[in-house]
Amino acid sequence: MLLTPEDITAIWLSLKIALTATAIALPFGFITAWLIVFKTFRGKIVLEVLINLPLTLPPVVIGYFLLLLLGKNGWIGELLNKSGFPVIFTWKAAVIASATVGFPLLVRSIRLGMESIDLQLIEASRTLGASWPDSLLTIILPQSLRGIIAGSSLMFARSLGEFGATIIVAGNIPGRTQTIPLAIYDYASSPSSGKMALTLCIISVVISVAVLLLHEVLGKQLDRRSFL
Amino acid sequence: MNLHIDLEKKLGKFFIQVKTEVSGERIGIFGDSGSGKSTLVNFISGLLPPDKGEILLDGECLFSSQKGINISPEHRRIAIVFQRPMLFPHMSVQKNLLYGYQRCRAENKRIKPESLIDLLKLRPLLKRGIENLSGGEKQRISLGRAILSSPRLLLMDEPLTALDDTLRYQIIPYLRSVSEEFLIPYIFISHSLTEMQLMTESVLVINNGRLVEETTPEGLARNRMAKSQNGYLNLLPLTNPVDHNGLFAYRWGNNTLQVSDGQLNGNGLFELSSREIILFKKHPEAISARNLLPARVMEIFNSDGRVGIVLSINGEKLIAEIVRSAADELDIIPDTSIFAAIKASSFRRLA
Repeated sequence: MLLTPEDITAIWLSLKIALTATAIALPFGFITAWLIVFKTFRGKIVLEVLINLPLTLPPVVIGYFLLLLLGKNGWIGELLNKSGFPVIFTWKAAVIASATVGFPLLVRSIRLGMESIDLQLIEASRTLGASWPDSLLTIILPQSLRGIIAGSSLMFARSLGEFGATIIVAGNIPGRTQTIPLAIYDYASSPSSGKMALTLCIISVVISVAVLLLHEVLGKQLDRRSFL
Repeated sequence: MNLHIDLEKKLGKFFIQVKTEVSGERIGIFGDSGSGKSTLVNFISGLLPPDKGEILLDGECLFSSQKGINISPEHRRIAIVFQRPMLFPHMSVQKNLLYGYQRCRAENKRIKPESLIDLLKLRPLLKRGIENLSGGEKQRISLGRAILSSPRLLLMDEPLTALDDTLRYQIIPYLRSVSEEFLIPYIFISHSLTEMQLMTESVLVINNGRLVEETTPEGLARNRMAKSQNGYLNLLPLTNPVDHNGLFAYRWGNNTLQVSDGQLNGNGLFELSSREIILFKKHPEAISARNLLPARVMEIFNSDGRVGIVLSINGEKLIAEIVRSAADELDIIPDTSIFAAIKASSFRRLA
């Protein structure tokens, strides 16, 4: 194998960051989608624009905003530093970058799932004695599972490929914050490391295919067990 | 059950304003689609708040804009059977049935799932998923699910509209028996006169968001005799069919009726339009209609230019419809004796 110890760390780090970002974003994504689909409130359009903004902005711009926020003199950065929990230029910053960039994809998928739920199903549950949180957990959540799975896969895959925002807030420190795309970028910059870059590219493809397959399998399982 | 409603709401261009107080166990709300029937259901169940007004159920305030009261749907104990069964797709039949039961407070639980499951003949379906069930089965489960939440009022919002004719009349006995057996009053919403007659004892007529009439199902059917496509629909429970020269001879009280669309096994409910009955002043010697019944005129009523004749045939009631000029010509007044002729093919079997 052509992998150096740093490469292996980069692979694990990529998986860890993508998984953590998806896991953290999931509950927020679910609640946000629910708010957008089922609730009417002032400023809903503002919320929608804000959520979708990372889709249209260059990731570098998002990274820069996050840097302003989380950096030494940023609002949150200062607070985090004081409490002895620095985030900037650590893998945690990469998680935040990935979560921000992938969030709109997650919300969009869950939202599509929720929009296909028949409102009368929810009304039926309410008249049968379910409070709204109960209805959210027992009707909306299971009925949105397909959207949740699709959104999580998309977001996980997007996080694996995250580059622009990550390099700005987490840097490109081999063994600490260097993920697969950052490592590939490094290799690609030096003329002698073409093979190393290619190896990591192949590993990227393998992971992506695995994610897509997992998505398909989970979807099929859901079809089969839909009534349990 | 006593329900006091006094409320209004503006929904876009539609304005609904209803004020009434009704008492009874089987109340109907009748109206065309878009008249505001379902909106009223949503008000009562708490799914949609009115702009202002109040709702009292058996003296308990469910909504009052003045007092700032709006009890949430889950605390009203008012269950709905919707037009479509609305079963939860990710749950088995059993889980669907028990959804409301499990959420019902112990002191309110008064219906045992076992007895209801047997009454609705759902036992063989319990472990199944809800796909691949027939429309009738789904609606029975939906009814069972609502009943098992031990509601103090059941709202049936056109529960039969999505079913075909055969299924519809198979479900009606379930709807009635379940609420009678477990003493649950209901409000039945429909635009069908026949359903109103079969399911209710008093009727609120809603039109264009307003309450236009409070009547009985009988009064409603008589009022709409002239306008309705099939006139007044007589509902005849017929019993003990036997084969009679290729027709079915059923017992109807002390009478025998010959019916072409019958079945030898068991009793049946038949529909007979008031327009299918021909009246004779004197006994006609020979006619092709297979049923010629001596009748006594009990009552005469007007309905938009048409005349309804209430007949007593050996103690059984039947309403025939004729035009004004025919009534004058035949000189029909209460207590006269006449003959009613009905073709064997005029009876439509409902169940």
